[in-house]
Amino acid sequence: MAYSEKVIDHYENPRNVGSFDKNDPSVVTGMVGAPACGDVMKLQLKIDEQGIIEDAKFKTYGCGSAIASSSLVTEWVKGKTIEEAQAIKNTDIAEELALPPVKIHCSILAEDAIKAALDEYKAKHEK
Amino acid sequence: MNYFELFSLSPSFELDTALLSERYRELQRAVHPDKFANASEQDKRLAVQHTAQVNDGYNTLKHPISRAEHMLSLKGIDLSHESTTVKDTMFLMQQMEWREALEEISDCDDPDEAIEHLHQSFGEYRGEITSQLAQKIGSEEASVLEQAADLVRKLKFMEKLQAELERTEDALF
Repeated sequence: MAYSEKVIDHYENPRNVGSFDKNDPSVVTGMVGAPACGDVMKLQLKIDEQGIIEDAKFKTYGCGSAIASSSLVTEWVKGKTIEEAQAIKNTDIAEELALPPVKIHCSILAEDAIKAALDEYKAKHEK
Repeated sequence: MNYFELFSLSPSFELDTALLSERYRELQRAVHPDKFANASEQDKRLAVQHTAQVNDGYNTLKHPISRAEHMLSLKGIDLSHESTTVKDTMFLMQQMEWREALEEISDCDDPDEAIEHLHQSFGEYRGEITSQLAQKIGSEEASVLEQAADLVRKLKFMEKLQAELERTEDALF
């Protein structure tokens, strides 16, 4: 199966790989996994007091498409508000990376990672 | 298609695999296309179809994960084509840690010991999940079956980890 140029670019030069200090109160973490392929994805967002995503980091164990999908969303969410980040759809990711149908679940995983991180943010701020 | 019925076995997760293999060989002989060399075209086609079915059934029941998936699909839960995301944070953290440990094996002072240790941890965890699954999968209750489905998903992650471990091992020696 041929990967698109954008997938290869993100795979070979992944943006924002790593972790933030999870004890930093402005950091939220989204952990998701896809049983079909065993991929595991961790997305961390650093969100300032105005609710703007300052920075993002990821760590993904999976295929090239899963790594590219998470790398891409770390670029996309930076500078966005919670609402804007919440609106990112897996179809946007799949389209940008030209993912073939068998790899659509990688983009779903990346969308769910954003949602999981933002769920943690909401749970933190409801208190 | 109920593969347990095909092999005249009771639909249980804890399957007697020796008996399965025996039934498989019997059925294979009975439906082997060579036996239909002088039969009509239609009977030949049917024999080929049956052979394929018997092979599929055997492969499905032989492996615990596909056997569990088959049992759940008979009860209306389809896991094989799903794209469900697992969100169990504790479980996923453990998966991440194990993946990290795999990555670090080549830098270990004693990679043999590290590999042995991971084999043991994976085996113990898999054994734990499998015995829970065996208890739940026979249930008729939807909520218990959903728990069983979740355990099957976890086993799929473990299968992937195990494959990665073996790949790491092969790369080292």
